Amino acid sequence: MSWLIGAFGFWLTAWAANIWLSHLPRSRLTGLLVPALFGMTLLILWEGVVRGFEVNPVLLPAPSAIALKFSSSLPILWTDFFQTFVKGALSGYLIGCGAAILTAIAIDRSDFLQRGLLPVGNFVAALPIIGMAPILVMWFGFDWQSKAAVVVVMVFFPMLVNAVEGLQASDHMQRDLMHTYAANHRQTLWKLRLPAAMPFIFNGLKISTTLALIGAIVAEFFGSPIKGMGFRISTEVGRLALDMVWAEIAVAALAGSAFYGCVAFVEKVVTFWHPSQRGA
Amino acid sequence: MSWARVRLLPVLAVVLAILVAWYGGAVALNAKWAEDQARRADVTLTFPDLVAATWSQDKPRLPAPHQVAAEIWKTTGAMVQRGRAFSKRSLIFHGWVTLSATALGFVLGTGLGILLAIGIVLNRAMDMSVMPWVIASQTIPILAIAPMIVVVMNSIGFAGLVPKSIISMYLSFFPVVVGMTKGLRSPDAMQMDQMRTWNASTWQTLVRLRLPSSMPYLFASLKVGIAASLVGAIVGELPINQDGGLGARMLVGSYYGQTIQIWSALFVAAALAACLVGSVGVLQRVTLRRMGMAR
Repeated sequence: MSWLIGAFGFWLTAWAANIWLSHLPRSRLTGLLVPALFGMTLLILWEGVVRGFEVNPVLLPAPSAIALKFSSSLPILWTDFFQTFVKGALSGYLIGCGAAILTAIAIDRSDFLQRGLLPVGNFVAALPIIGMAPILVMWFGFDWQSKAAVVVVMVFFPMLVNAVEGLQASDHMQRDLMHTYAANHRQTLWKLRLPAAMPFIFNGLKISTTLALIGAIVAEFFGSPIKGMGFRISTEVGRLALDMVWAEIAVAALAGSAFYGCVAFVEKVVTFWHPSQRGA
Repeated sequence: MSWARVRLLPVLAVVLAILVAWYGGAVALNAKWAEDQARRADVTLTFPDLVAATWSQDKPRLPAPHQVAAEIWKTTGAMVQRGRAFSKRSLIFHGWVTLSATALGFVLGTGLGILLAIGIVLNRAMDMSVMPWVIASQTIPILAIAPMIVVVMNSIGFAGLVPKSIISMYLSFFPVVVGMTKGLRSPDAMQMDQMRTWNASTWQTLVRLRLPSSMPYLFASLKVGIAASLVGAIVGELPINQDGGLGARMLVGSYYGQTIQIWSALFVAAALAACLVGSVGVLQRVTLRRMGMAR
């Protein structure tokens, strides 16, 4: 009972503190503190409710139990992370995004191909591509190659659509200026159109980070060697060892956020000139 | 006519190229098996024989488009003709299972998203504390843990539609929150000042100004959200396959190497996605026109 009261007490205090903080003048400190407090409240509520109601750990383990499991099984988590994230997701991400950008540049000269590929690409980007996973696992075997293939297929079309749109982003005046300079196609591409496309390309790259991780993990449900995050999640669910599953989820969440954060950081460096980056 | 030439022709050309590549790929991927069969039967295959053999296998590595089309017809149209549209072997039945989970999840997710967005716009504390977590929640590969959620919810007695819809909901609320927040903030300072001049309350400003002007943003997010809901429902069906559904068909197909079955489920899912996004698009056009906002 005291756990419940403590948790709810903390909730109310944190709530009041957040309301007070959010009415202070906006600064970097409050911008970090308010969401941090909110997240902490969620965790403490979770812990308090699990302990207070004595929820069966098979259904929902407490955050402290998950943290304990996390720290005690670091080597397993690391091998899983390496297998799924570095070998599967990252290699697929690089191949898929690279191929999409190169395709976009290749079809850039042909208006006909662009008008044909954009609607098809938009359509395919909205499809449940993840359903290709069993087929690709059948083709490329159980190891990381098939995971990378699933990731390639998943990121290719969203990336292609963004890159093609980005290459058209420079306006007429700017292109006319390049024409006045007697710049050839390659020069225009390098000096004007690729830099102008960067905000769109980074938008695609950011969307693709989550897709890559999802693709690599889900593909492992259809068959994998005896390591990998998806493999671990599906077997540990079968053994009802939910604390291990949540530890894997924590790894996935950390890896996903860090991956996104890295791409967002590179975006900030590359597209420093764009209005959306100048304000912050 | 010019519309057809400018818009339709390029798309048709690309689709045709994909079909050609597909038939070619079917030959390349299935050739090995066909040759093995021929060697066992002591026949030498001429090239046309080989092509014919690769396009008509029972469990090919890559089924040819016409095989997939035939399978789809066999499990939809032909079943309807025999009056068994909702038998367990019909893709209409499986599609319906997936569609109902998608729809429930989409409605829940949209509702949650709109409520959260209203809260975020009206309440500063909520804006600062919730918004970063909404964004962070999407870097978690929820789809990857969807099967776990389904299994756990099943073990506490929530079977059938609900667990799948929860995954759909989780996937579809995010685009709605982001789009709606943007939309509710889209009235400019002039319009907000006008509302203040009329001494409108926060609530009146919300209903009369903010909500109407957020509609274009809402519909753009709904299109993304409904596609995401469908993906969520399909992945949610993977672990529990006695209920049916397109995802279950894919997993069963992959267990038994029934590639044609996987591809046909995939194509029905694609058609479903296209219909759902298309109907949101129609709804968007009708609503915006009646509100006088059509562009």
